[in-house]
Amino acid sequence: MYREGEFRVAEADYKALKSGGFMRQKQKDNFSMRLKAVGGNFTAEQLVTIANVSEKYGDGHVHLTSRQGIEIPFIKLGDIDAVKSALEAGGVSVGVCGPRVRTVTACQGNAICPSGCIDTSTLAREISERYFGRELPHKFKFGVTGCQNNCLKAEENDIGVKGGYRVRWEKEACILCGVCIKACRTKALSLSGDRIDLDGTKCSDCGRCVKSCPTEAWKGESGYILSFGGTFGNLIAKGNELFPIIEDKEALFRITDAALDFFSEHARPGERFRVAIDRDGWDTLKTSLERALHAR
Amino acid sequence: MPGDCVVDQTVDITDVVCPVTFVKAKVALEELDDGQVLSIRMNDGEPVRNVPRSIRDEGHEILKLIDNGDSTFSLIVRKG
Repeated sequence: MYREGEFRVAEADYKALKSGGFMRQKQKDNFSMRLKAVGGNFTAEQLVTIANVSEKYGDGHVHLTSRQGIEIPFIKLGDIDAVKSALEAGGVSVGVCGPRVRTVTACQGNAICPSGCIDTSTLAREISERYFGRELPHKFKFGVTGCQNNCLKAEENDIGVKGGYRVRWEKEACILCGVCIKACRTKALSLSGDRIDLDGTKCSDCGRCVKSCPTEAWKGESGYILSFGGTFGNLIAKGNELFPIIEDKEALFRITDAALDFFSEHARPGERFRVAIDRDGWDTLKTSLERALHAR
Repeated sequence: MPGDCVVDQTVDITDVVCPVTFVKAKVALEELDDGQVLSIRMNDGEPVRNVPRSIRDEGHEILKLIDNGDSTFSLIVRKG
C-alpha cells in the first residue's frame, strides 16, 4: 500500500491533517480524503476530476458520505500535496473534519423542486461562505431543507433551516373549489359561506395551500423556520424551534451568528451544541437569539 | 351535467396512480379543442391535492371541483 521514500511528512500531525479533511484509515498511512461539498452539488467537471484522482491516487472508488459529500479513500500520505493540487486544478476543494463548522447540506429547493419554498442551494452556499471551517468547541452542522416534506431532515442538525410560506387568501381569485382545504395537513382551513377561513393558531406555514391552489388565490411570502440543537450521533436529539418563521435573510444570519457565539461561549471543549444548551438553558439561548433577531 | 358547465368530454383517472393520473388527464385534454370543457373524475387524497394545480400549470382553466360524495371528485377544466 505505501511507497517508501515518499514520506515527506512522516511525522504528520494527524490533527492538522484531519482539519484539512484527511480521515485516517485503518490501513497504515492511508487516508480517506474528504472533499468540500455545499448542498450536495458537484459539477460534471468536478466529478471527472474526482474520478481521475481516485484512479490515479486512490483505489478507483469513492464514498458518498451521509452528509452529501464525497471521500476518496486510499490516498497515500506521500501523495497529499499532489492530490491537493490535482483537485484544485479541477475546481475541487478539500473538506474539513474535527471541531468546526462542517459541510452544509441542502435539498434541491425551489430552484428545482416544485414543493420547495426557498432557494436552498443559494442559502447553503451563503451559510458555507460565512461559516465553513470556523473553529468551535465541537463539530457543528447546518442543514437546509426547502419545505416541510423535510427531505433534508433539518432537525438532525445543530441548526436546521426549513423553508415555509406565510400565506394569505385573496377572495377575487378564489373559485371555492376546496383543494386547499384538502391539501392542508393541519386542518387550518375551512369553508364558511363564500370565504376560506384560515386559523392562524393551526397554520404550520407549510405553504401547501399556495402550492395546490389551481387559481392562485393563495399567496405566500417565503421564510425560514429554524431549529436548534439537533444531533443524531451518539446522542440523539431533535432540534427545537424557538420562534416563528422569519422572512428576512439578514435576520436569519444575525440569529445564526448569535447561535455560534453562544456555542463558543457556553460549551466546554468537545461538547456539542445540544449538551451546552441543555446545561446552560434553552431560555438563555432563546434570549440571546431574540436579541439578535430584533437588533438592527 | 355538473352545475352550469357544459361538459364536452369526461375522463376517469381513478383507475391509475401518480404520475399516470396527470398524464391520462393531459392526454384527454389534448384531444379537445381550445375552449372545450373536460370533466376529470379523480380519487380523494393525493390526486385531488395535486392534479388541479398540475392541470393549471399546463395553461388550462379550472372552473370548479365537485364532490361526488363517493370519495371521488370531478374537476371541471376548460382547455386553454
